[in-house]
Amino acid sequence: MSKILIRGAKVLGGEPQDVLIDGDTIAEVGSGLSAEGAEVVEADGKVLLPGLVDLHTHLREPGREDSETVLTGTRAAASGGYTAVFAMANTFPVADTAGVVEQVYRLGQEHGYCDVQPIGAVTVGLEGKKLAELGAMHESAAGVTVFSDDGKCVDDAVIMRRALEYVKAFGGVVAQHAQEPRLTEGAQMNEGVVSAELGLGGWPAVAEESIIARDVLLAEHVGSRVHICHLSTAGSVEIVRWAKSRGIDVTAEVTPHHLLLTDELVRSYNPVYKVNPPLRTERDVLALREALADGTIDIVATDHAPHPHEDKDCEWAAAAMGMVGLETALSVVQRTMVETGLLDWAGVADRMSLKPAAIGGAKGHGRPVSAGEPANLTLVDTAYRGEVDPAGFASRSRNTPYEGRELPGRVTHTWLRGRATLVDGKLA
Amino acid sequence: MQRHLISAADLTRDDAVLILDTAEEMARVADRPIKKLPTLRGRTVVNLFFEDSTRTRISFEAAEKRLSADVINFTAKGSSVSKGESLKDTAQTLEAMGVDAVVIRHGASGAPYRLATSGWIDAAVINAGDGTHQHPTQALLDAFTMRRRLVGRDAGLGQDLAGKRITLVGDILHSRVARSNVDLLHTLGAEVTLVAPPTLVPVGVESWPCEVSYDLDRTLSKSDAVMLLRVQRERMNAAFFPTEREYSRRYGLDGDRMAKMPEHAIVMHPGPMVRGMEITAEVADSERCTAIEQVTNGVSIRMAVLYLLLGGNEPAATHPRTEEK
Repeated sequence: MSKILIRGAKVLGGEPQDVLIDGDTIAEVGSGLSAEGAEVVEADGKVLLPGLVDLHTHLREPGREDSETVLTGTRAAASGGYTAVFAMANTFPVADTAGVVEQVYRLGQEHGYCDVQPIGAVTVGLEGKKLAELGAMHESAAGVTVFSDDGKCVDDAVIMRRALEYVKAFGGVVAQHAQEPRLTEGAQMNEGVVSAELGLGGWPAVAEESIIARDVLLAEHVGSRVHICHLSTAGSVEIVRWAKSRGIDVTAEVTPHHLLLTDELVRSYNPVYKVNPPLRTERDVLALREALADGTIDIVATDHAPHPHEDKDCEWAAAAMGMVGLETALSVVQRTMVETGLLDWAGVADRMSLKPAAIGGAKGHGRPVSAGEPANLTLVDTAYRGEVDPAGFASRSRNTPYEGRELPGRVTHTWLRGRATLVDGKLA
Repeated sequence: MQRHLISAADLTRDDAVLILDTAEEMARVADRPIKKLPTLRGRTVVNLFFEDSTRTRISFEAAEKRLSADVINFTAKGSSVSKGESLKDTAQTLEAMGVDAVVIRHGASGAPYRLATSGWIDAAVINAGDGTHQHPTQALLDAFTMRRRLVGRDAGLGQDLAGKRITLVGDILHSRVARSNVDLLHTLGAEVTLVAPPTLVPVGVESWPCEVSYDLDRTLSKSDAVMLLRVQRERMNAAFFPTEREYSRRYGLDGDRMAKMPEHAIVMHPGPMVRGMEITAEVADSERCTAIEQVTNGVSIRMAVLYLLLGGNEPAATHPRTEEK
């Protein structure tokens, strides 16, 4: 493999430096590095980050290839600066056996745009009744360590307790989609002032918070770690903060859309804003940003959820829940966390690469930008300003809530183990 | 006036008074031997009903026919999705046949808003009830009935409902009638009180321009009109209240309670009534109950809305066709 010299990049937003990639490894980081024998990429003051890692992606394959495939989803990931994604288990068939997770893993390897680490279902068929073969999925070629019934909550307290205990044997973690099912029957949006006016079924904050409270206590009781998916309310932040102060081994993620958008947007009845958990209030948004800044929330995860056009081009109640996010995540984080002064770029690298890789055990990802480390990198033009145009997405789906919205920053290059997957904003 | 009628909240006081005054004009037509105006001759209105609602559909149909419109009735049981065809495709299909206005009833809150704002069709959209969101013509016919009874048929012309005390009782949470009435009555200057068990009041009601009470008896003497909303028996299975009997004991209107109302005060019901639940037969059949008048007034109100939205008798040919866009 050849050498690449990235010249004048602000590594983690610091002073411009040169970064020399040799093969699949970072050979040297410093000033005035020799370009001899290397292809030169003029970074020109762009910010260089470790390749981003998404702990929460829906790639839809197998089963819903009309909305996304491993190929299109990983191309979207590379476009967004990601070098590893964790693929959620709610496919058809469900990723609850070694066979399915191995298939998804291998497709990721074959396509080569981004490492795909499958997440295994906690229960058979996501039905919440019977544990899936968690050990078999862990021992498979896919090496699953994260387990989640995402889309559905493991609401049975005994099943949740057993899952938390069982995965300790091989260092696994259960990622909980916190949604009390009875409290959210017919739920269409955040329950509050806006739902009362619009006459849409309410998804109350307490339905999330009560499950998180239960699960951190369960994790404490059995001495396991637990990860909370897409935390969305100010109350959930308080519970996780309390749990961490008690020494409970809990980690939590927030999506970009919950850092930016509120339920006021639902007044348009445009299902592009329909998502689960729902968009909350301004107060929640501000609490989530603060929690991500102070480390109560560990990471940003996209919950990239592609849906075909017809599933959004309809009345609200008939529409699918979810938004694509891989290609806009970093821009939204720049807008909500960097431009507000809450995080610097090193903080962004921590929340979008280092920590998610650590939680999920993604080997070779989320490493420092220094000599000897795997060359998983992404280069960001942070000065860029532009309107989001879904027509340019690599994802097969276009269900973005940001269409026409001006967002800062643009990923120009992504390298996966020294191989460019994105060059000048174009997929390699 | 706006081009569509989606929500009672979209109406200004002057819009609303204009509709009520126009409805009085329309009501006179009903008193003639030939109950017909040529106003909408050559215009086509489709009644697009995704939810069963015989009384609302018939009321719109009567209004459309009295204005000489050509009427198409489209009834789809269940949702558009369960039928396999999307709302968008259904609407576009109908518009391709040359429809000037769509009267839509849909089980999904916001469906008429989507139809009016998504660029799917050009026709005027009239909301005939969407999910638990809005039912603006119901609120208008209720306001019309109140104005006639509490202000006067002739004295009421040009007037709103300033200072009138209106009490709505029943399942507020699931009621589009309640939402529309709160919005419109507030715009018209009335003071609205909602009465229901706390389970049937939505979280977030604090932003509504009205009072909320859990005690019917205390509000009756201070009400110029008491409107009862239908309470579906199924609600008790979802633990909104323990039993039918307990509901009617605490929130039903019977003769004794009606006697506590001021002498001039009226009892209203949008129908269909569940006798023995929210209203006793004695009250339903009394002189003070306007349920039947409301039905009559509904036709006048819908005539007024169609007349004002479709702007009189322009020939249909001037209506821009889809392909000219």
